[in-house]
Amino acid sequence: MSLQFNNEQMTEFKRLVARYPEGKQKSALLPVLHLAQDSFGGWLPTEAMDYVAVLLNIEPIEVYEVATFYSMYNLKPVGKFVFEVCQTGPCMVSGSENIITYIQKQLGIQPGETTKDGIFTLKLVECLGACGYAPMMQVGKIYREHLTKEKVDAIIAEYRMQVAAKN
Amino acid sequence: MGVKLLLEKANVPGIRSYDVYRREGGYSAAEKALKEMTIESIVEEVKKSGLRGRGGAGFPAGMKWSFIAKPEGVPRHLVCNADESEPGTFKDRYLMEFLPHLLLEGLLISSFALGSNDTYIYIRGEYAWVADILEEAIVEATKNGWLGKNILGTGFDCMIHVHRGAGAYICGEETALIESLEGKRGNPRIKPPFPAIQGLWMRPTVVNNVETLAAVVPIIKMGGDEYAKIGVGRSTGTKLISACGNINKPGVYEIDMTISVEDFIYSDEYCGGIANGKKLKACIPGGSSVPILPANLLLKTAKGETRYMNYESLSDGGFATGSMMGSGGFIILDEDQCIVKNTLTLARFYRHESCGQCSPCREGTGWMEKILQKIESGKGEVSDIDLLWDIQRKIEGNTICPLGDAAAWPVAAAIRHFRDEFEWHIHNRELSQTSNFGLQHYADPIHVPA
Repeated sequence: MSLQFNNEQMTEFKRLVARYPEGKQKSALLPVLHLAQDSFGGWLPTEAMDYVAVLLNIEPIEVYEVATFYSMYNLKPVGKFVFEVCQTGPCMVSGSENIITYIQKQLGIQPGETTKDGIFTLKLVECLGACGYAPMMQVGKIYREHLTKEKVDAIIAEYRMQVAAKN
Repeated sequence: MGVKLLLEKANVPGIRSYDVYRREGGYSAAEKALKEMTIESIVEEVKKSGLRGRGGAGFPAGMKWSFIAKPEGVPRHLVCNADESEPGTFKDRYLMEFLPHLLLEGLLISSFALGSNDTYIYIRGEYAWVADILEEAIVEATKNGWLGKNILGTGFDCMIHVHRGAGAYICGEETALIESLEGKRGNPRIKPPFPAIQGLWMRPTVVNNVETLAAVVPIIKMGGDEYAKIGVGRSTGTKLISACGNINKPGVYEIDMTISVEDFIYSDEYCGGIANGKKLKACIPGGSSVPILPANLLLKTAKGETRYMNYESLSDGGFATGSMMGSGGFIILDEDQCIVKNTLTLARFYRHESCGQCSPCREGTGWMEKILQKIESGKGEVSDIDLLWDIQRKIEGNTICPLGDAAAWPVAAAIRHFRDEFEWHIHNRELSQTSNFGLQHYADPIHVPA
């Protein structure tokens, strides 16, 4: 098996499992899948799910049925930065549609797609609990709130710079 | 200024850290509870306070606690429901982000009262940075002897664990949350057995909302009787309201439930009025699943009396002319908003979030979304409105968990109060694609029968 946690990730895995009583290690499945997704390039190939099953001593199907149920697990490859834009009622009445259209135009992609350079993915999501700071989107671990067209431009430029700085 | 019990210190610089929280009197309620009170007296104070569950259902918290089974040799668990996902609701996020130690203190007292040595905070996966804040606060609290073994020399052990969900509204339902905490899909369980008897790992479990557990701190500090004096009737204490939509000052506000809806919307202390000088058209006062009300029924009840921001007044008139306090997610729609479109986004939300276990919800939410999409895109027929009504009626009450009701109510209320806007869409297929029905008569004074 080529996909494996490195030492640091394994330490984190052990910390997560230790939160639950002995024999109840399956409870760590959701947090461990987050760890796997973060560790293996932002998505969960079958190989990663099988690896998690082995680590937690459960059947692979128990991992698949969970990974396919929760919206935060990506079952296909995604870009480096995933724009998850909220489209539910409170964001909608605050202008999220214009923002979504604008992002589509600026990135040249439709919801569910990734830019050719592999930097951005656009995903439309349901309420993220930031209704008072609408319109908004989640990018990785953080929320980008009170979005305007200018702000979207600045955010895209910021991430492009981050990628350029690494290359 | 109203009474503030939870957010009183929210603006103190550095209050997120243990040192500042402690210096401001933090953990004194925990000290009092663990050192001077018995388990019975803590439960008694919470009962006397009249505190009702702040997650949405409004069930008396003290009573919920008293149901917990205590079989010999079986561990019990307290689980904090931080899966805040009801559209319009972002109050728990605010509490956890800015006052993490207030929640931990409430959790410690409650864990002590319920005999939970391992307490879990189930936080929605998207609040990843909030989970980090809580983890940091847990480390600080442990270092300072408020968590861990033999707390304050009482012999009581308690550890709090943060557990991140992964994107599923349904996990806010307590049995789905428990399933998820066991590493499974968030499919709600059939009740009974109730979690108080067989919950997490089939052990007796109490699941309470973040705000409910934080409110235990002021209750212990001031006593249940004093807490119950704040507010009105069975709406005791304070309530966090997360206000959003077309208002000047969206945000999280703590109210003492004696304020009128009109004052809450228009006073500068709270929402600061409707944004951009527009007029108020409608409001969903308690999170997306509670009935939407037109402006006239929102500000006054059908009897013509002032409506207040509390459990009883918001539900005055039942679903025919009233709504619910729910989770406190207060969504304002101005005169430019389209009720059909708003209802469509909510129907899409519930279709997306249905766990798929019960047919009426799994199939019905999809049908409702499709029909609303049809009307919204100018292809609707009058019979579609009746079909929508029929579907929502067949979902309500026919599912294992309340998500079915939560999906049915917004559609039912939109048709009940805004039927002519739906009809306008259908009769003006082209016009409805470029313009809105507008305010029309929705803010006109209602006719009060003599």
